[in-house]
Amino acid sequence: MRLLLKGGRVIDPVTVRDESLDLLLIDGKIEKLGRTLTSTSVEVIDLKGKIIAPGFIDMHVHLREPGFEHKETILTGCTAAAAGGFTAVCCMPNTNPPIDDESVVRFIQNKAKVALSGLVDVYPIAAVTQGRKGEHLAPLAELSAAGVVAFSDDGDPVFDAELMRRALEYAAMYKRPIIQHAQDLPMTKGGVMNEGFTSTELGLAGMPPIAEDVMVSRDIALTDYTGAQYHVAHMSTAGATELVRRAKARGLNVTSEATPHHFTLTDDAVRSYDTNTKMNPPLRTREDIEAVRKGLQDGTIDVIATDHAPHSYDEKQVEFQAAPFGIVGLETAIGLSVTELVQKGVLSFYQLVEKFSVNPRRILHLPQIQIEEGEPANLTIFDPLAEWTVDPSTFKSKSKNTPFSGFRLTGRSVGVINNGQVYWS
Amino acid sequence: MRKLKAKIMDAVGLERTLTRLSHEIIEKNKGAGNLVIVGIKTRGAIIAQRITKRIEEIEQTKLNIGLLDITLYRDDLLGKLEQPEFKGTDIIFSIAGKDVILVDDVLFTGRTIRAALDELIDLGRPNTIQLAVLIDRGHRQLPVKADFVGKNVPTSIDESIRVHLKETDGHDEVLLMHPETQA
Amino acid sequence: MPLESRHLLGLQGMSQPDIQLILDTAISFREVLERPIKKVPPLQGKTIANMFFENSTRTRFSFELAERRLSADVLGFQASGTSVAKGETLKDTARNIEAMKVDMVVMRHSASGAPHYLSQVINANVINAGDGSHEHPTQALLDMYTIREKLGKLDGLHVCIVGDIAHSRVARSNIYGLKTMGAKVSVCGPATLMPRGIEKLGVDVYHHIDDIIPHVDVLNVLRIQLERDAGRLFPTIREFHNYYGITRQRLERSPKPITIMHPGPINRDVEISADVADSEHSVILQQVLNGVAIRMAVLYLLATRN
Repeated sequence: MRLLLKGGRVIDPVTVRDESLDLLLIDGKIEKLGRTLTSTSVEVIDLKGKIIAPGFIDMHVHLREPGFEHKETILTGCTAAAAGGFTAVCCMPNTNPPIDDESVVRFIQNKAKVALSGLVDVYPIAAVTQGRKGEHLAPLAELSAAGVVAFSDDGDPVFDAELMRRALEYAAMYKRPIIQHAQDLPMTKGGVMNEGFTSTELGLAGMPPIAEDVMVSRDIALTDYTGAQYHVAHMSTAGATELVRRAKARGLNVTSEATPHHFTLTDDAVRSYDTNTKMNPPLRTREDIEAVRKGLQDGTIDVIATDHAPHSYDEKQVEFQAAPFGIVGLETAIGLSVTELVQKGVLSFYQLVEKFSVNPRRILHLPQIQIEEGEPANLTIFDPLAEWTVDPSTFKSKSKNTPFSGFRLTGRSVGVINNGQVYWS
Repeated sequence: MRKLKAKIMDAVGLERTLTRLSHEIIEKNKGAGNLVIVGIKTRGAIIAQRITKRIEEIEQTKLNIGLLDITLYRDDLLGKLEQPEFKGTDIIFSIAGKDVILVDDVLFTGRTIRAALDELIDLGRPNTIQLAVLIDRGHRQLPVKADFVGKNVPTSIDESIRVHLKETDGHDEVLLMHPETQA
Repeated sequence: MPLESRHLLGLQGMSQPDIQLILDTAISFREVLERPIKKVPPLQGKTIANMFFENSTRTRFSFELAERRLSADVLGFQASGTSVAKGETLKDTARNIEAMKVDMVVMRHSASGAPHYLSQVINANVINAGDGSHEHPTQALLDMYTIREKLGKLDGLHVCIVGDIAHSRVARSNIYGLKTMGAKVSVCGPATLMPRGIEKLGVDVYHHIDDIIPHVDVLNVLRIQLERDAGRLFPTIREFHNYYGITRQRLERSPKPITIMHPGPINRDVEISADVADSEHSVILQQVLNGVAIRMAVLYLLATRN
């Protein structure tokens, strides 16, 4: 690999950089960094107007393999990630078998290594409890040793308070956060959308926002008591956002993420009974969207993660209440974030890079990427002004379940570079 | 737009015709003892009311009159019309064994009468059904013949007959209109 | 004017003239039901599939009777559970039935929005015979018809719907329809059976039945789902009856007679006492008869809408 990236705007919060620079990449490394580089026998790429950032990581992805390969595979998921501008993903453990054993971790790592020749780093997140059943702790130490970066029973909460307490304590010994799908179970039983006026009109069973709030509240108390590390997955309510804000102010090791759909769509979108508007947590109200945006702005919400949850066409072509939860997100994340956050003045591009690269790596205790001479080239390149229309048929993901079909977005990945591999979108 | 070709009846002529029809009905049925009158909505129903009134005056008796909405029995119901409204049949007496005088304004293809006959048969088994019309303009598509005709008016197929009645149109007259021309 | 939609999915958003046309047409069909031969030919040659994914003997009978009296060919289909449980998707079931050249589909389903979805995947006219907790438009139409028949109008009347509003499709359709026709609508029941934000539909919410009874012209009493609700959403059947049950004693406190309605089937002496259900102000059986006329009107208007 011999590449000269000319004229791109380099934004690197780690080295506190935001300026136009040329990058000379040779054999996967940043050979040179400078204002006007020239070199012979290299491929020159004009990146004027494009942003070069440390590689983005989506810390909330369902790759579905093993067990649900008709929805997504490690290969198709990694391709979707690369196409969407990510050089790394964390994959959730609700596979079959679930990631609650070292052998499944190894299986995923081996598959990821050969998928796209290792372009996309795959960091497994393992289950907190055996079989994700919420009864007995999974072997957290062995799983940590095998390379798991965090624990979560995502899809379900760890509902038993005693078990959650022990999980936090145990995982903290290995510097691993517990990522909680925060939801009170009886309150959300049978629910298929946000509880509110829209669910009343549609006659669909609701999941009240307070079901998220009470679980986050309990978990913060447990985190306080144990001194452990706690991360709220796909935080969607104004109430939970405020709880996390206060926990952070008290100095607790509490962090959170938000998804593009939760800062873009309200439960009004469900009116069509389109099953691509069904996800868990559900789309909330305008007030919740505003609170999530505020949380992203003031740092209460550290990370943008997609909760990429592929489902096959047939699985979503059913009655609303029978449809599975979840939508794909990898290939619309940058577009939605630029359109809804940067263009609307919620975040700067610099902050956006923090949410997509720096903060998730900090939470997961992964080494930070630096755009510096001699460092490995792990880069996300995106066009902040590209206007495009979402067409699910062009998705690299095996599944097309998105509510954003036909949306006009600004901002799109141009390409990613990692582990000596290059992918142009 | 259709243009007037000829006035076939004025108000006085229409009155006289209805009086004559009433007499003919009484004569043919040897009185009004077993008669019931059924008018086909909308204008046939009005003519039926007027004929009923005359027969009642002449015979010094009261007659049962019913109004028939043949919409449900039309043979062109599923197709041609934008949204055919069904305003309802109103026959609150039994027609079984009766001599039914079926009244309509204009006899044309005979399809309306076919529908009316089918509906009447579903309502009971009358002794006879006799047809009285104000105008017979020809061009039958079904084997239907009126028993009592106010006036035979030879027409071409694309001309039209307009019956105006006080109750619905403010005045009585019958007009023959030219074929439709492009406006 | 033809009906705005070629489907009847719900009364939310249905225009006043459309509701009026259905109610007026139903009057005409009531006459047909009094004839010696209660059968008329307008839907001859039309095939209607009744797809009932949820048990409902009376609604199915009512539709079937309406269809047969209009001379349609009728297919019956009864299944239970969602498509996932059955192994065949709703879409496949519907498309198979449509492949047999069915013109109209009447569907009852436990999933809210299922008829809405069906109307997007097949060409036949779709009539919602009740979907989940969403809508039951023909029930509300027959309720409105019955009120108009009994009290001569809808405009300006005060109707209170009593009971489990949260899970009731009958309540929602009645609220939409009655509001459109100019009636005042209240709902009454324990807070735990009120769906969130219901007041935004323009109804007044009451928790104490005796507060509202003196003000209403009509009480539409909903069936309580005993097996589902007792113990979680309200304490006991006895307590519900004591606090919300419509009894003669309660009604006597009203200065004027109140028309009593119930969509059936009745839990006697739970939501309504037996003597009230059988009283002269009860129109419960008229509702049943009118249901056939309303469904004939709906089927007729949709079939002849070109």
